[in-house]
Amino acid sequence: MTGANGHGQSLAEKILARASGAERVVPGEIIEGSVDLAMMHEQGAQTVAPFHQMGAERVWDPDRVVIAIDHWVPASTEGAAVLHRILRKFAAEANLSHFYDVGQHGICHQILAENGWVVPGDLAVGTDSHTNMLGAMGAFATGIGPTEMAAVLALGRLWLKVPTSIAIRVKGSFGRGVTAKDLVLRIVGEVKTTGAAYRAVEYSGPLIERLSMPERFTLCNMTTEMGAKAGMVAPDQTTFDYLRPIAKHAMHPLRSDGDAAYERTIDLNVDGMEPMVACPYSPDNVRPLPEVVREHVRIDQAFLGSCTNARIEDLREGAALMKGQKVAKGVRFIVSPASTKIYEQCLEEGIIETFTRAGAVFTNSSCSACFGGNMGILAPEEACASSSNRNFPGRMGAKEARIYLMSPAAVVASAIRGEIADPREFA
Amino acid sequence: MEKVIEGRVWTLGRDVDTDQIISGKYLTVIDPNELKKHVFEIALPEFASGSRPGDILVAGENFGSGSSREHAPQAMRAAGVAAVVADSFARIFFRNAINLGLLAIEVPGVRAIFETGETARIDLTSGRIRNETTGRSVSFPPIPAHLMSLLEAGGLVEKVRRELEARRATATNAGAAR
Ligand code: SF4
Repeated sequence: MTGANGHGQSLAEKILARASGAERVVPGEIIEGSVDLAMMHEQGAQTVAPFHQMGAERVWDPDRVVIAIDHWVPASTEGAAVLHRILRKFAAEANLSHFYDVGQHGICHQILAENGWVVPGDLAVGTDSHTNMLGAMGAFATGIGPTEMAAVLALGRLWLKVPTSIAIRVKGSFGRGVTAKDLVLRIVGEVKTTGAAYRAVEYSGPLIERLSMPERFTLCNMTTEMGAKAGMVAPDQTTFDYLRPIAKHAMHPLRSDGDAAYERTIDLNVDGMEPMVACPYSPDNVRPLPEVVREHVRIDQAFLGSCTNARIEDLREGAALMKGQKVAKGVRFIVSPASTKIYEQCLEEGIIETFTRAGAVFTNSSCSACFGGNMGILAPEEACASSSNRNFPGRMGAKEARIYLMSPAAVVASAIRGEIADPREFA
Repeated sequence: MEKVIEGRVWTLGRDVDTDQIISGKYLTVIDPNELKKHVFEIALPEFASGSRPGDILVAGENFGSGSSREHAPQAMRAAGVAAVVADSFARIFFRNAINLGLLAIEVPGVRAIFETGETARIDLTSGRIRNETTGRSVSFPPIPAHLMSLLEAGGLVEKVRRELEARRATATNAGAAR
């Protein structure tokens, strides 16, 4: 263990102690934690059968369960339609009224965030690996599978091994064209896809404290790509201001102790940092964007969407770059807001018009092209510039297709150029 | 649960993520018998048709990274995989596997001592996995008690079922005593 070697507790330990009703917990210990919020998307359809097989008669607390349909909206295959139907039926039978069905839909993590379903101190679980995003609320939020979700619905708790924590402290200021996405790509590049496996990542430092909630969401979202169990930022005034009008239940703000023990501490300074890009076929294959730009990587598709980067701030920034420009010939540019709320904002602000007139396809809110099962599928020899979080083989379709992960602004710049481009060359 | 498992080995590299185990286009498939036809389509295309029940998978580091899709261990279980042994696992895959009653064992260094087609013998009691073809072996720490109890129950569904049943019995008894 590095750090102050004290007997203090990290944020993750404090939240898990609260969840298990213990004074304190130590890494390695196995606890039973009470769940504050359980979220399901289409994968939750697989929760229904085990829930019944368990002989469960009711959901432990219907007010703590959120269902959000997001991967196939509206249903694009018969299989997806069946999943939706299973969920609708289950929700009706089990009195699960917090159901974000087609029409009020959005990517599950964004639905949790913008409606205040996860608040400081919570233990939140979801049937999706990027549930980590909600750690930005100062919560312990993590992904589980659908069978485990069935047990959570039945009992309201689950077993967890208390993870060790990694502290990532960031200082400095972002230069022009550098965003929270570039920072998290740089971090994934350094920590690697297994570097935080089974661990909790706690972001802190002067830069993190200045980040807005949307930026913190982006940062915590991609802790999943380091293998982490959870990623989090301690709650502060920014968190409280964001949550106060929307919080669905009481907050229990916790902070790590000054002498908390961390397995590893990473100190970063973002002064002078370049925009970043993760090249095929791993999110940790990260290089400075200008280096890749010099190689003239032609793209066939650009995607501005996903739970990582499709909030109103991302789309506004993209639209500002797009204004007066055209999507390059031969490029399909897909823009998908993260929720219906964000879609409505885009409508009001003329963002849909800007993208559509430029030749982009502006879709309804959903996971869209992010996962290769719905739309925007890539053919084997194709390349895509994407604001999403994964570029494994086959992630967006053909296993040979190449995905480059970058900030929303860099995606728009690339859509305009027809090859991977630096947003700083515009404006 | 058998304490000694012996089977034919299929090896896989490192960072085999869930997209390579069962790709995104099959996520609307619920039937495990349909899923198993597409298992490892990207990572090991010959597996689906060439494997037999009882086979053992030996993988490198970070097996099962990526999404939370339970289709991955489910497809493997449907294909009759007796155990998956890896240098290390991604956490959600590991949980999902154990919850479904699919034996997953983390054994650092295991990938280096196996090639496809060799025979592995796993002894859960002594914590050792042996390559019966070459005689080489590696040991692993005992499987934690709570995981073992999950595996022995045949997975989480059965474990919770018993717990709920016990709870109802207590409630009924308490009611009767009143
Ligand atoms: S947007 Fe992509 S990463 Fe996010 S929940 Fe949807 S499929 Fe998963």
